Amino acid sequence: MAIEQKAIERLLLEREVADFLYREADLLDERRYEDWLGMLAEDYRYSVPLRMNVRYEDVADRENTRDGEVQWFDEGKETVELRVAQLATGQHWAEEPVSRVSHLVTNVRLESAELPEAEVSCRFLVYRNRVADETDFLVGRRRDRLRRAGGDWQVVRRTLYLDQSVLMAKNLSVFV
Amino acid sequence: MSTTTDSTTDTAGTADTTDAADTAAGSATDTANAGTEATPTGTGTGTATKAGPSTVPHSGVGPVRDLVDVARGEISREIFVNEEIHRRELEHLFPRAWLFVGHATQVPRPGDFFSSWMGSDPVLLTRDDKGELHVLLNSCRHRGMRVCRYDEGNTMQFTCPYHAWSYSVDGSLVHTPGDLHGVPQMKAAYDNKLKREQWGLVRCPHVRSYKGLVFANWDPDAPPFEEYVGDFHWWLDNLADAFDGTEGGTEVFRGVLKWRIKSNWKFVSENFLGDTYHGASTHASVEAVGIGPGGRGKRRHGERQDQGGFSRGRMKTSFRLGHGASDNLAYEVPYPEFAEADMDEYFKSVWQKRTERLRAQGRLLGGRGPATLFPNMSFAAGFPRSILVAHPISPTETEVWRWFLVDRDAPGFVREWLRRYYMRYAGPAGMTEQDDMENWDYATQASRGVVARRYPYNYQQGLGQELPSDLDRAVHSHHAIAGEVNARAFYRRWAEFTDALPWPELTRLAATDDRAVAGAGGGIEIGRREGDD
Ligand code: FES
Ligand SMILES: [Fe+2]
Repeated sequence: MAIEQKAIERLLLEREVADFLYREADLLDERRYEDWLGMLAEDYRYSVPLRMNVRYEDVADRENTRDGEVQWFDEGKETVELRVAQLATGQHWAEEPVSRVSHLVTNVRLESAELPEAEVSCRFLVYRNRVADETDFLVGRRRDRLRRAGGDWQVVRRTLYLDQSVLMAKNLSVFV
Repeated sequence: MSTTTDSTTDTAGTADTTDAADTAAGSATDTANAGTEATPTGTGTGTATKAGPSTVPHSGVGPVRDLVDVARGEISREIFVNEEIHRRELEHLFPRAWLFVGHATQVPRPGDFFSSWMGSDPVLLTRDDKGELHVLLNSCRHRGMRVCRYDEGNTMQFTCPYHAWSYSVDGSLVHTPGDLHGVPQMKAAYDNKLKREQWGLVRCPHVRSYKGLVFANWDPDAPPFEEYVGDFHWWLDNLADAFDGTEGGTEVFRGVLKWRIKSNWKFVSENFLGDTYHGASTHASVEAVGIGPGGRGKRRHGERQDQGGFSRGRMKTSFRLGHGASDNLAYEVPYPEFAEADMDEYFKSVWQKRTERLRAQGRLLGGRGPATLFPNMSFAAGFPRSILVAHPISPTETEVWRWFLVDRDAPGFVREWLRRYYMRYAGPAGMTEQDDMENWDYATQASRGVVARRYPYNYQQGLGQELPSDLDRAVHSHHAIAGEVNARAFYRRWAEFTDALPWPELTRLAATDDRAVAGAGGGIEIGRREGDD
């Protein structure tokens, strides 16, 4: 009976976390960036390492760039706020006219939960279409650390492993 | 190794003249008056204001120099979209120019390798067991397989996946690093008669590490790197030397940003060699939100407002050799104002050392760029400090690579601050560079149309107002922000290479710079430091 209770609790927690991530995706796709910033903790850090083609035996050491090395992104909330402000200028030509974006979040799995924090892994697929035929797919794995704050969650740490070594999109002007 | 060298020069040297003759169906000037009913403003009237179509036939392109009219400041769109012209630049420009392949600090130990490109050819930058650098063509001599498809790593031998020929970088096993070492079934298949020493990976004959910046050139007839670079080396020095002036005191952060754009590669080179004109409109959004070192409300490049202002440093320098910089040596863009006190303190002391050191050597303090080393290596030696190479893929597609440099002796907090600033500034995720790609891609796309292609681009900023320079075969433009003098020189040089002019002719043409003769006078003195007054 106790075991069953635990499983149900875990299921509810996982469902709650997934719901949070889906709501976040909606805010981004609806371009409600100010609301979205509210979902990020003040000590938020966001990293997207580069992926490299390396020998099988080098994968653990060399496949991804790390702290102190070049990444697609490695930044805190302050920079993310600047990016949001940039989008709002109406002169950020990489997103003017605005792109159509869908964030798909799937395979959501609770890795561990030591409340108030939880580690969550998922897959992401970000589809961007802009102007006419410019279409990008950004796909990969994501690892999030969430923190319960107030009645809701916040993202504290987010690392994305993009499944591309050469970025096939001309830029990364949408939040992945 | 003479055989490998020969095989590369054959293709680079001979095919030229026949192409030009075969395809010279009509030059731009021959056909300028024909078939132009759609002319909005008239054409070919012989006045300097020819703004109408410069009808260039889409097939049967003549010499490309007919498409680059630097005297009028008009350049045909064909050179940015045409397949045949692209084929010619791959054939005659990239295998004969000095190209940047990587940084020595990417391959610090024996056996380290870094995969790169030279024009349309994949190459490997390797370090052998004696510590020497090599550039090897990454294509098997048996059936052409790419012998290495890793971006980086360490190995003393490259074994081809197809039939397992293996090539050694260990000079104690083979005569020259890159030579063929292992051949499966040497006896059964070749009766032991295969001459391994003749079938090594093709080696680039000229490799030059300039303060850690590694350049290579396929053409045995090419002049040495120093001659190719000329006085433009001052900009390379500022890139490769540490901020405090320590010679070659830089290394690259690990990780090269690589991304594809749907643009002609020349838009990229042109952008960095002298296009400061686009900053105000293209980068209005970053300026508005303030991403500079000084923080919000401060300018993007973060120069100290009490030291004369940024645009004064934006005097252009243009070399007859095709290189160009968006600034001059006489004026130093001051180091930035930082929001953080410890950064300010650090750079204050570094700059003081730099000033003393460089002045003691008789060097001027300017020359930070952005700049382009002809044809496709662009860089800036300030904030950010970065190298960019535009690898040509097709007339309308380019793969861009970006490296970031840092002083080897920089303390941890400085290194980390710079790394973060560079990433949020440049590259495809950089808040500034994101908007550049939008322009290059859609400029390329909107230039492909049949009607669009009849109308040349305008390069008339500062035309006929070039000013003499103390630098060898260089001129300046006194237009602080606007000034297309660098682009005109770049495309003139581009046409000379792409038309397959032989090296003696290339050298002769670049021997003198006739541009400043017609200049408007009032030349700046390179020896004077503008910030002083
Ligand atoms: S192609 Fe490399 S061994 Fe055959
Ligand atoms: Fe720009």
